[in-house]
Amino acid sequence: MRTLTTSPRARHAAEEGAPSGAAVALENVGKTFGAVRALHQVSVRVEPGTIHALVGENGAGKSTLGKIIAGVHAPDAGQVIVDGRRRRYGSPHDALRDGVTIVAQELALMPRRSVAENVVLGDFPSRLGCLDRHALRRRYDALVEQAGFVLPADALVGDLRLADQQKVEILRALARGARLIVMDEPTAALAQEETEQLLAIVRALRDQGTTIVYVSHFLTEVLAVADTVTVLRDGRLIATAPAREETEAGLIAKMIGRSLDAAFPPRPAVPDKAPAVLRVRGLSAGNAIHDVSFEVRAGEVLGFAGLVGSGRSEVALAISGALRPEAGSVELDGRPIAPRSPGGATRLGIALLPESRKTQGLILGRSIAENVALPHLRHVSRFGVVSRRRERRVTSEVATRLDVRAPSVATPVGALSGGNQQKVLFAKALLRPPRVLIADEPTRGVDIAAKRAIYDLIVGLARDGMAVVLISSELEEVLALAHRVCVMRAGRIVSTLDGGDVSEQAVMVAAFGSDEAGGGR
Amino acid sequence: MSVPDTATPIAAAGRSRTSLRLAALRDYGIVASFLALLLVLSVSSDAFLTTTNLLNILDQWSPTLIMAASSTIVFVAGGFDLSIGSIFGLAGVIAALLADKVGVVPAMLLGLGAGATCGLINGLLATYGRINPFITTLATMMMILGIGFVLTGGNLISVTEPGFTELGTGSFLGLDYTIWVAALFVGGCGFLLSRTLYGRYAFAVGGNPEAAWLSGVRVNRVRVIAFVLSGTSAALAGLLAASRVSTGQADAGGLNLALDAVTGVVLGGVSIAGGEGAIWRTGLGVLLLALIGNGFNLLGIDATYQRIVQGAIILAAVGVDAWARTARP
Repeated sequence: MRTLTTSPRARHAAEEGAPSGAAVALENVGKTFGAVRALHQVSVRVEPGTIHALVGENGAGKSTLGKIIAGVHAPDAGQVIVDGRRRRYGSPHDALRDGVTIVAQELALMPRRSVAENVVLGDFPSRLGCLDRHALRRRYDALVEQAGFVLPADALVGDLRLADQQKVEILRALARGARLIVMDEPTAALAQEETEQLLAIVRALRDQGTTIVYVSHFLTEVLAVADTVTVLRDGRLIATAPAREETEAGLIAKMIGRSLDAAFPPRPAVPDKAPAVLRVRGLSAGNAIHDVSFEVRAGEVLGFAGLVGSGRSEVALAISGALRPEAGSVELDGRPIAPRSPGGATRLGIALLPESRKTQGLILGRSIAENVALPHLRHVSRFGVVSRRRERRVTSEVATRLDVRAPSVATPVGALSGGNQQKVLFAKALLRPPRVLIADEPTRGVDIAAKRAIYDLIVGLARDGMAVVLISSELEEVLALAHRVCVMRAGRIVSTLDGGDVSEQAVMVAAFGSDEAGGGR
Repeated sequence: MSVPDTATPIAAAGRSRTSLRLAALRDYGIVASFLALLLVLSVSSDAFLTTTNLLNILDQWSPTLIMAASSTIVFVAGGFDLSIGSIFGLAGVIAALLADKVGVVPAMLLGLGAGATCGLINGLLATYGRINPFITTLATMMMILGIGFVLTGGNLISVTEPGFTELGTGSFLGLDYTIWVAALFVGGCGFLLSRTLYGRYAFAVGGNPEAAWLSGVRVNRVRVIAFVLSGTSAALAGLLAASRVSTGQADAGGLNLALDAVTGVVLGGVSIAGGEGAIWRTGLGVLLLALIGNGFNLLGIDATYQRIVQGAIILAAVGVDAWARTARP
């Protein structure tokens, strides 16, 4: 398995001196959704047989551009030229006829059918009207050989991990004879070693001549895999350049239109005499966590690193009353506590910012005010009746303080951007300041500007004496913000790194349990 | 739909115009339809806009209004209750059987208690028992109806106690008790859903149960309470009806009555997916149904066509709801 940093940079098509027609050329493409202008006069050429990355903040228009190429959206203005011919796709189906398809963020698979059936879907080999299983299997095996990775043909897709489901989508694209595949944020939900695997597959496809349009906001990945990078900002084209001429800092500067002086705020020191606020001893729950012990002091940010599925989120759930531990003790300010429900933990002063804001955090159809007030409703009501004036006042206050951007607190949360939704989640946890804040992936899927705001917020809370547990898959985030880092592997804390010991290398070694940090498996 | 973070704190959140228009149609379509039908009937029939006719409609539809109001709360909390028609019948049967023995008021209270118990059992099965609410109440609908038949031996139970008819036929300030009871109950449900802690919790539980639970809401308890309320209201409606004719009858309500209530809820734009809805809209939904029925009678149109029109209207109402959800890019 290649690593991010050692991958050989691919030959750029232009370098071959073969400036043949572009696989796809977009000319002055524009698209508006209601009042929002998603794209404005964007022109991009995608050379055949290259990996062309589209980067930008959330809302910059990169996904929209990818979807226009694949026929999911039709442009309002401009032209799409595929293999030298003007095209106007009415649906993804039209695009597929030209060999153009998309692997979307939300996978479109049938969970109760087998891998092979999903891959060959829509073009089943038949004999006398019945499915010809042998022919199906032969075709599947040929595809797998072409793609260069292995998936069990008979496994049910619903039983596969997300990373493998994505591979099913890729196989399906190949089965349909795709010559250009748009991949929309393919690694957003993958763990690091899965990301490595996916990038290797993407490179292999490119080397076989498939053109890849790679939409992502993970710049390290983009620089490692792409031949060409196009930066979008606010729906406009900023630049297209060979990837090897770009740096992360340079891309960020283009994406946000100014250079970010420092991506992270300085971290205040924890006072020497700061007392331990949360003390966890020997916590175990099912197969998820075993014998977990740690403590967090007032004003301290304790980081939790480790692979997805290593038990980090379960520790958060167990402390906040959402998962019943089988053994161990939790002390808050020196007193033993055993919250039996999330509500109990909230009353004790433990606030959880859950991992997935859409499924665990927010009620998207309801207003900002209702979401923010939900865990604290008793404090804005009397005799079971909610005081709407009071609710509006306290929620507006905290929403303004956290810079939630919306017309008013009556706006439904579902209408907000990812960054603003995350801020609403913070507002919900902080409406009545807790003693301990457990933030699980607090910056997942938010853009750079909102990330910085969230970092400032976390550091500010620690400065004011709150004990913060920060769980994140973005290593640099943990390294920059946390005073100490607990690294988890297979449900255990395998290492607690302090001060000078904290480094990317040290965390990766502990997380993977080997010296080949970042090497996957 | 996300808007770029470049928006100022006071900037408008962008939503597609089509979806806004459809959402408005969903939210206020029921008001427009109701007013339009009111206008048409007023013009086309002299008998329509008379106090007697209007009060008759209200009186006749009071039980449905009561059941639809509590069904709205069940819907909002993400549940579904088909058994209300059977509870309606059972409560009347119990009150009728006991009225001569223990007195009218205790008998009626026992009928209410039976409804609450049925609701509690529905609620426990559909939450802690982890059986889908639709299946749960489909099954209990049959069982409760069966219990009613066992108690009555399949007969109508006539009550001789004269006080039994007071609730269904008496009046106060010129309005029948039934109308008073329905108005108070519907108003109470509206207050409960829109103003109280419980209402907020119901919206949260229906909108996103996991997020609600992590926010400290006792999800199962909120749902069980909704079912108890639903069972109790069905019993209340059943008592009004039994009292009016001084008779208890196991299949007085049945599936049709439950479907009328659900139709009212759906016409009011309450989301079947849970987490959305309002009592006043349900109220208008039921009254719209009532006007359609009344209109067919007054205009002398064959009642057979009424069902066809009702079905078409349900499809239109639910269609607008679905389109409003997906029209967003």
